[in-house]
Amino acid sequence: MRRGLKAAALAALLLSGAALHAEETAVPLGDAENGAKIFRTCSGCHQVGPSAKNRTGPLLNGIFGAPAGAIEGFFYSKALKRAAAEGLVWDYEYLDAYIENPKALVSGTRMSFRGIKDEQDRHDVLAYLRRFSDDPANIPEAEPTAQAVEVALAPEILAIVGDRDYGEYLANECLTCHQSSGSDQGIPSITRWPEEDFVIAMHAYKQKLRPHPVMQMMASRLSDEEIAALAVYFKELE
Amino acid sequence: MKLNRRVFIGTGAAAAASVLSAPMVHGAAHGRPKVVVVGGGAGGATAARYLAKDSKGEIDVTLIEPTRSYYTCFFSNLYIGGFREADSLAHSYGTLASQYGINVVHDWAVGIDRDARTVALAGGGSVPYDRLILSPGIDFVDGAVAGWDLSAQNKMPHAYKGGSQMELLKAQIEAMPQGGTFAMVAPPNPYRCPPGPYERVSMVAHLLKNTNPTAKIIVADPKPKFSKMGLFQEGWADNYAGMVDWIGSDFGGANVEVDPEAMTVSIDGEVTKVDACNVIPAMKAGRICEMAGITEGNWAPVSGHTMQSRMDENIHVLGDATNQGDMPKSGFSANSQAKVAAMAVRGALTGSKVFPAKFSNTCWSLIDTDNGVKVGATYEATDEKIAKVDGFISATGEDAALRKATYEESIGWYSGITSDMFG
Repeated sequence: MRRGLKAAALAALLLSGAALHAEETAVPLGDAENGAKIFRTCSGCHQVGPSAKNRTGPLLNGIFGAPAGAIEGFFYSKALKRAAAEGLVWDYEYLDAYIENPKALVSGTRMSFRGIKDEQDRHDVLAYLRRFSDDPANIPEAEPTAQAVEVALAPEILAIVGDRDYGEYLANECLTCHQSSGSDQGIPSITRWPEEDFVIAMHAYKQKLRPHPVMQMMASRLSDEEIAALAVYFKELE
Repeated sequence: MKLNRRVFIGTGAAAAASVLSAPMVHGAAHGRPKVVVVGGGAGGATAARYLAKDSKGEIDVTLIEPTRSYYTCFFSNLYIGGFREADSLAHSYGTLASQYGINVVHDWAVGIDRDARTVALAGGGSVPYDRLILSPGIDFVDGAVAGWDLSAQNKMPHAYKGGSQMELLKAQIEAMPQGGTFAMVAPPNPYRCPPGPYERVSMVAHLLKNTNPTAKIIVADPKPKFSKMGLFQEGWADNYAGMVDWIGSDFGGANVEVDPEAMTVSIDGEVTKVDACNVIPAMKAGRICEMAGITEGNWAPVSGHTMQSRMDENIHVLGDATNQGDMPKSGFSANSQAKVAAMAVRGALTGSKVFPAKFSNTCWSLIDTDNGVKVGATYEATDEKIAKVDGFISATGEDAALRKATYEESIGWYSGITSDMFG
């Protein structure tokens, strides 16, 4: 699986911190400020910073040099667990390849993201992410963890406890397109989401704030209880 | 638990409650209750899988399907266009047997004894059932297209049931002389996959554009308009200018006669020599429905609440074969109906909870490379029929990125529904 020892060595250098003072020309480190802006695209699923939590995707503090599938408390897809078992380590080159096209590096994960085609943009994001890996002192306090809420929901709606059995029945309709394995192929993965994220996303479709016409139609006929039921069912689906 | 179950148990509540107190009542006399499913496509395979999966072994499920390798009809047009390999459309029943414990019988169902509740097999013997689910797809109406019958299907393929007919049609199109003519005789309503013939025209045009750019396509249509008409006509004008000549019923498209020996097509009296011809005749329910005596006209009427036959409450019918109301005949619809039927059957046989029926459908079509469009709707059951609730359709003039995303979504759907059918 290794793409090249040179890259691994390069990443090791980077991680040591010494690289910052040594051959800075070796890796085209990007503009972290611009990376912070680009990361807003990622922040719907991934958080970084002192208050970061696992959401739809794992938190990304300390991701540089970490073995794949190792963020504590996150439920990984079988595909990512398999890649981890094969020894995947998130060094610079692998991270770059992964965010260029997640599916090309590890197919069948729950990461529903097309990828960032522009090389400079990727380097900028990685430069931003690296701040949260080897130099905790530089962690900014506000963005992007303080992400805007897509749709304001009354606390009563968020407090509804879904009926899992009902969710299982309603989910049958979702599973014609969204795979129960959590695999993402042209149609996003919807398994293992935090319930609140799921509920907010569905209400955003229902209120036509999210643009997809099929999802707007599907969500429009779901009651608050039904959305909660689906959220609890998909949260636990393995 | 904030939900009030009474809201959705509805009319099934009394029956369900009485069975709940003594589960397996129905099957007690002869072991586990038996469900036989005839037809292993989008309706049948899904119903069998959901019954086996959700009943956790409480129901004995038999699936009768003649083919060992099932070639999906949906996406087969993409094979003609060169976007899919034929092998990528093939699926086996191995997982349904090994992982879900379904008894998969590769044979033809040739008769149904509704009193004895048995299904006769072509290979001999019969299979008893407590509930029967028929999902046989379509057959063709005899004499629907003058000059054509099933014996002509090798000269003028229908290519409307997937499999080898698709390969035959594609080979005939590829063998056309430069500047040759491809003709299609489109079917009258109602028929399987409403946008199917027009997606096929697009895929044939795509194939010819690359290899035979001066070729012509003529479509004789007994209808004045068709599914996603605006989208297809825009797509043909933009991508295959001057290639497609669609002749609707307002222009004599219904007055058609073919001669498979001479390879001619007569449209409103005008005879054209053609090099390849795709005849898609009028359709009816798969013939097992007729044999079972549950059809009215060409189709099997069903209740939308449970997909039960209006003529026999022990038989449920799914998909293309049904007359149910507003849903189009599509693989997506059959898959959606299968889940409602599986829930109803399981409720009746094991006392499991029954929720109100909900249905949905989306049909994606490919017009050209990375140019996908879709139409879809949601439905609910009323006492009269399955009734449309809400719908949407792609717009003309959409940008290329959206069309590409729509196409990619359709590929995702193919993976999703085939996993949902075959496990």
